[in-house]
Amino acid sequence: MLSRRNFLTAAVGVAAAGGLAACAKEDEGSSGSDSSSGGGKKITLGFAQVGSESGWRTANTKSVKEAAKEAGYNLKFSDAQQKQENQISAIRSYIAQKVNVIAFSPVVVTGWDAVLKEAKTAKIPVILTDRSIETSDDSLYVSFIGSDFIDEGRRAAKMLEKVLEKAGHKGAVKIAQLEGTTGAAPAIERAKGFKEIMDAEHKDDWKVVVSQTGDFTRAGGKQVMAAFLQSNPDINVLYAHNDDMALGAIQSIEAAGKKPGKDILIVSVDGVKDGFVAMSEGKINGIVECNPLLGPQLMDLVKKVNDGETVERRIKTKEGDFLQEQAKEALPTRKY
Amino acid sequence: MTTTPRWRALTRHHLFWPVAVLVVLLLVNVPFTPDFFSIKMTDGHLYGSLVSIVLFGSPLILVAVGMTLVIATGGIDLSVGAVVAITGALTCSYISDQADQDALSGVLLAMGIGLAAAVVCGLWNGFLVARMGIQPIIATLIIMVAGRGVAQLITDGQIITVNSEPYKLIGGGYWLTLPFSIFVVAAVVAVTVALTRRTALGLLVESVGGNAEASRLVGIRSRRIKIMVYVFCALCAGIAGLMISSNTSAADGNNAGLWIELDAILAVVIGGTSLLGGRFSIGGTVVGALVIQTLTTTIYTIGVPTQTNLVFKAAVVIIVCLMQSPKFRAKVFGGGRFGGKGGAQQAPTPADTAPTSEAVRKMEVS
Repeated sequence: MLSRRNFLTAAVGVAAAGGLAACAKEDEGSSGSDSSSGGGKKITLGFAQVGSESGWRTANTKSVKEAAKEAGYNLKFSDAQQKQENQISAIRSYIAQKVNVIAFSPVVVTGWDAVLKEAKTAKIPVILTDRSIETSDDSLYVSFIGSDFIDEGRRAAKMLEKVLEKAGHKGAVKIAQLEGTTGAAPAIERAKGFKEIMDAEHKDDWKVVVSQTGDFTRAGGKQVMAAFLQSNPDINVLYAHNDDMALGAIQSIEAAGKKPGKDILIVSVDGVKDGFVAMSEGKINGIVECNPLLGPQLMDLVKKVNDGETVERRIKTKEGDFLQEQAKEALPTRKY
Repeated sequence: MTTTPRWRALTRHHLFWPVAVLVVLLLVNVPFTPDFFSIKMTDGHLYGSLVSIVLFGSPLILVAVGMTLVIATGGIDLSVGAVVAITGALTCSYISDQADQDALSGVLLAMGIGLAAAVVCGLWNGFLVARMGIQPIIATLIIMVAGRGVAQLITDGQIITVNSEPYKLIGGGYWLTLPFSIFVVAAVVAVTVALTRRTALGLLVESVGGNAEASRLVGIRSRRIKIMVYVFCALCAGIAGLMISSNTSAADGNNAGLWIELDAILAVVIGGTSLLGGRFSIGGTVVGALVIQTLTTTIYTIGVPTQTNLVFKAAVVIIVCLMQSPKFRAKVFGGGRFGGKGGAQQAPTPADTAPTSEAVRKMEVS
């Protein structure tokens, strides 16, 4: 029987639990013990993160927090849980708190003009990290620091050239592509960059025979690759938009009785630790790094911006390309 | 249409339409994957498209079987995806903390911990629905939303990779040349069918779904039955969670079992169980889950562009659901007792009849 009192009690309980969960996500950062007593010299940085949707993002968050601590900044950190409205309210609260610089990783590309105008009116410079925005007014942010996904696609194609050469591959190159989440910028642009090089330099010998989304997940990569191997048993190259999908695909390739890294050459993007482990075992042939550890670079930029120096509009994160030989030595340095 | 009594009896069988759809979907693959039905031995286990479908479909079958009983009581359980994530996260994080990940006792204990957490989730759902009288869709929404956060808390937002051979067996290993998960699914389905159809339990579940208050008045402990089905559903989801994490040897708190609740509800519906409760078909659900998995595989093999994946899936699901409806069939094909005057004269569109006529042909062949 539905008793009204019981229902209300439960409803209040749920609401309270939800509220607590939301509060728990607000994190002042470990270094922000006494921001006001620093005599105004200590830079206060407000950072609005997208969320914690992947291992890459967690590493990104950790890097920002650690770099801020190292640089001696007062970091105000918030996690938007992949929701734009959370991020907008976080930015508003930073404006109200009169932080020196605001940095954020936009959840989506549009809809930022209003809140960024408020920041501009309050004379707080804004830096975009990792993802860009679309705006009619370019003066709303001072700089964008992050990876260039199209370039990552190009680098992956260039890396495949090296991998094929090293493996002594001859004949047609039949490529299976595991795409990221449909509609996500990294998925679209990594495919675009790869195709650009392929069409320009390998029009005759390279061909993407199958391409499908694996949603950036291991389970997705595994399932899609299993189907690919059935419908196109002659695939000899796999290009995965991230390491996790490649890791899943490796399991399917092994289940089909083939050798990943030999029968099917694998190139992927990201450079997470598990990817490097697989590469050191010879199962991945090349990884194009997409570096989440942009904390130190961001802190340098914050200092320059705060000092009023002019900075570049577009700053690329420092990234490397790794082949199997470098995997073993790079493995211990992998933080994520 | 042929009208022999045997044919009519066959088409009237509640499993006819789901099975017909499954057969059609499987046949669609043949032009794209010539050796779609071939199964060969590779590295000491069977390998082929059909094996992959069953292997990857196993978690969905389990979740859908649990969901069937919940739906039979007139409820719904949205929390299964989160339970999948929590179980996988707890089990993998326990195993990864072990010094010897291959130790069987450690793996069994880890799985026990994971399943215990699943049961706790089920008890919570059952408590809210049966004791507090909260609408099932709201009650289970709590764990659906919060549970994924819990799973991420357990994994610390990372993907936990385990290297445990015994744990790999349940979702990714092979036994007697077949994927081990087939045996797990077969066991769970057999136990469920035995409990619900060989004892009065199934009748009680249906009775509660038909009218919980009336059932209580005739002496059925409807609250207890409700709690039981939610616990059972969560347990099934828990086992599915073990499979999913074992299949990739990794726990992904963010993506494991994402949206599986919707696929499971769809499987239940395709299988012919009424969402209003009061009657259910475990066999139908198993076929329904296989239909969904085959559809997914079909999308990958026939090369549907990524952007149109969901549209393709939606179109097939709509056709399947329409075919399931006696009213729709009567209207389109005419002659049925549900057919209206105008409806019987409506010319069937090619899109509606194409899959059916093919289904009819194939059923005659087999």
